[in-house]
Amino acid sequence: MSTTPELERPAHRKRLAIVAVGVAGAVLLLIMIGGIGDNLVYYWGPTELRAAGTQAYGATIRLGGLVARSSVRYVNDSSLLEFDVTDATTVVHVRSKGAAPQMFREGIGVVVEGTMTPTDYFESTRLMVKHGNDYQAPKDGEAVNAATLMKSTEGLESAGRR
Amino acid sequence: MIPLIGRLLILGALGAAVTGSIVGFASMKAPYGARVVWARRCALAFALLMTAANLVMVEALVTPDFSVQYVTLVESRSLPLWVQIVSLWSSLEGSILFWGMVLGLYIAGGTLTMARRHREYAPAAIGVWLACGAFFAFLIAGPAQPFGTVASPPLDGPGPNPLLQNHILMAIHPPFLYLGYVGMTIPFGIASAALLRGTLDRDVLRPLRMWLLIPWTFQTVAIVLGGWWAYEVLGWGGYWSWDPVENASFLPWLTATSALHSLVVTDRKGTLKGWTATLVMSTFLLTILGTFMTRSGVFNSVHSFTQSAIGPAILSFLAVSLIWTVAMLGARIDRLESRRDVGPAASLEGAFLVNNLLFVLFTLTVLVGTVFPLIVEAMTDRQITVGRPYFDAMGVPIGMALLFLLGIGPALPWGRTTSRELRNTLAPPLIGAAVFSVVAWMLQVRNPWTIVTIAFGGYAAQVTLGQLWRLRQGRRRVGAFVVHAGVVIVVIAVAVSNTMQVSRELRLRRGETADIGPYTLTFLGARVVTEVNRESIVADIGVDRAGSRVGALAPRMNFYPASQEPIGTPAVRTTMGADLYVSILNIGEMGQEITVHALINPMVAWIWVATLIMAIGGVVSMLPSRRVATELGQSVGAPDLQVGGVPSTGPELAGPGLRPLGERSPEREAGERA
Repeated sequence: MSTTPELERPAHRKRLAIVAVGVAGAVLLLIMIGGIGDNLVYYWGPTELRAAGTQAYGATIRLGGLVARSSVRYVNDSSLLEFDVTDATTVVHVRSKGAAPQMFREGIGVVVEGTMTPTDYFESTRLMVKHGNDYQAPKDGEAVNAATLMKSTEGLESAGRR
Repeated sequence: MIPLIGRLLILGALGAAVTGSIVGFASMKAPYGARVVWARRCALAFALLMTAANLVMVEALVTPDFSVQYVTLVESRSLPLWVQIVSLWSSLEGSILFWGMVLGLYIAGGTLTMARRHREYAPAAIGVWLACGAFFAFLIAGPAQPFGTVASPPLDGPGPNPLLQNHILMAIHPPFLYLGYVGMTIPFGIASAALLRGTLDRDVLRPLRMWLLIPWTFQTVAIVLGGWWAYEVLGWGGYWSWDPVENASFLPWLTATSALHSLVVTDRKGTLKGWTATLVMSTFLLTILGTFMTRSGVFNSVHSFTQSAIGPAILSFLAVSLIWTVAMLGARIDRLESRRDVGPAASLEGAFLVNNLLFVLFTLTVLVGTVFPLIVEAMTDRQITVGRPYFDAMGVPIGMALLFLLGIGPALPWGRTTSRELRNTLAPPLIGAAVFSVVAWMLQVRNPWTIVTIAFGGYAAQVTLGQLWRLRQGRRRVGAFVVHAGVVIVVIAVAVSNTMQVSRELRLRRGETADIGPYTLTFLGARVVTEVNRESIVADIGVDRAGSRVGALAPRMNFYPASQEPIGTPAVRTTMGADLYVSILNIGEMGQEITVHALINPMVAWIWVATLIMAIGGVVSMLPSRRVATELGQSVGAPDLQVGGVPSTGPELAGPGLRPLGERSPEREAGERA
């Protein structure tokens, strides 16, 4: 079988190949880490959101909590929805464009996806009502387990995705 | 009675698996000895007992017998028969039981194909398969026992998760996914056996390819069915959202696809053997990782039923499998390789290599994006997730590069070639690229990425059709190119449907109309429909186009007794050009007012059709072609043939892309990638 000149120097080729793969791998890793860093979505409750301070501005956040009693307001003929999300210790004002899902009401657990603005409003791009058969909304004043609530809406795309 | 029978069957299956696995490994050194027969018998017994256990469970579900614990979890008297049967895989314990049966059937199939023609590999392969079988039998017998006895049986149960009762696709998607996922155990076993033996003969590539292709075909269909289900049920208007669960099904598909391609090179050139084995074994590991992610409750979704005890068990199994894989590859990979040169870059083998690198790159990016949040949560207890933009930003360029390669690769010849020949092969398909781009432009496609994708698609389409025309005879390669044709359509349809979607939120009072795209929607009114297992509010919406009524849509909200919140079902008007998709956001004022999310989704129907084409291509590839059929009769125990029968230079120089039709007999073509 005839061989070409390059094939007669496997050691050289191998070294070259290893270097090439190494460089490509490093570049790829950098791109991936950068890509992930830019696209992280934080799962926070109202208290954690407040604790994050200015870090929350512009970041993509899933905020979980209960819709506070008598906080729901429709502005501009129902095209804009305002309400407060609370975990019984902290309150965050939320603005949401578009229609709310069928089950949206005061006292219900929700997860809103969006970002915090310096004007102290959470701009929601996506409003999800809590999901799952076994999760019971806590009574007023009772602490909310934001993590459990968050888990309960993961993978749920049905409500309010735009 | 049923709980007892079920438990005994499972214990029997566990015993058969453990025994068979030990006997299999023990008879590795004497593959022609008498003991091997017992490994084979155990494999068949495992399949039989698992199947029997599943039948017993189905009987209990259909009766329904509420003395069986699993039945009380998922069954209800007021269910249609198909829902009663699919309840088998609608919750954790039943789904693992079903897994056991599918695994049993695959192991039986693998045993029967390997036992006679590939005896040197059979004992170790059976040993590995049944070790996996023993693990799943252990899961069913222990942490995920479905045959628990209920002391005081209730009169009725809650029924399965309403999301799963909501659409008939739920009866089809899970079995296909299991047939894909579980089947990857078979090539894993064969690759392990090859590593244990220290050789991967050309002869054994045939069952390896076959048992990779079968689950691959199921997996392809299953992934798309999952997307279709999301599209038809979840109501947000799309079919893919880079959800962890979707990624879990996609990851092994990527490595399996990659393995199918590297197998072609291994078969043809005798190279990349260790690489092929690595891909095959990674595929299996990714199926187990996917099972862990979807079944252990680390991600909550319709797939992960509850937090459960099987999480740690599956994680341990994953760890053992990973250690096994790394140890096997580390110790033996060098022995597999007979030749190391992979050939020049501008050749078919070069294209295969780049294809493999791209697939692995794709796998890594998706894997990192999926697993990263889990690692962060495990280490810091903080919940984060990686957003869809990451996957789009990484996946779109890789996908486009793969499509580009799908066009260029098959046009390239094997081995060295001159630049003039390259020009002659690679230039003509530019016509296809140009035609597709112009047509796309005329159909109002303006997104530059989409146009580039369509141009690549046009190039690939011309190459693919050219190859199909040239290869009318040899079935295997025809199958591969039929799959390629399907892929071209899928990628174009995905690009178009994602970049050209029209989305509007419409609030309509009864009798009001609104426009979306070419359509005018009229809200005609809402009504209540009562069915066996649910009550629904149905909104009737008239659809007009150019002033005349073309149809009606009836999106609905379904209320299930087990669920507090309603589950919407969108209504879709499908045409080959574009789907009109309407889902209810809310219904107010006693049904007098409605808010809907209306979308125009172009080309989505092409995805479903193209998947069917891909599946057909997969099946065609499985059929033995004439040459292979005759070879099978002769090659029992045959040594590693010089692949392709010819050296890579010389007559091969021109390559398949350039050779006039008459120069090569159909038989040669058929065996070429066998």
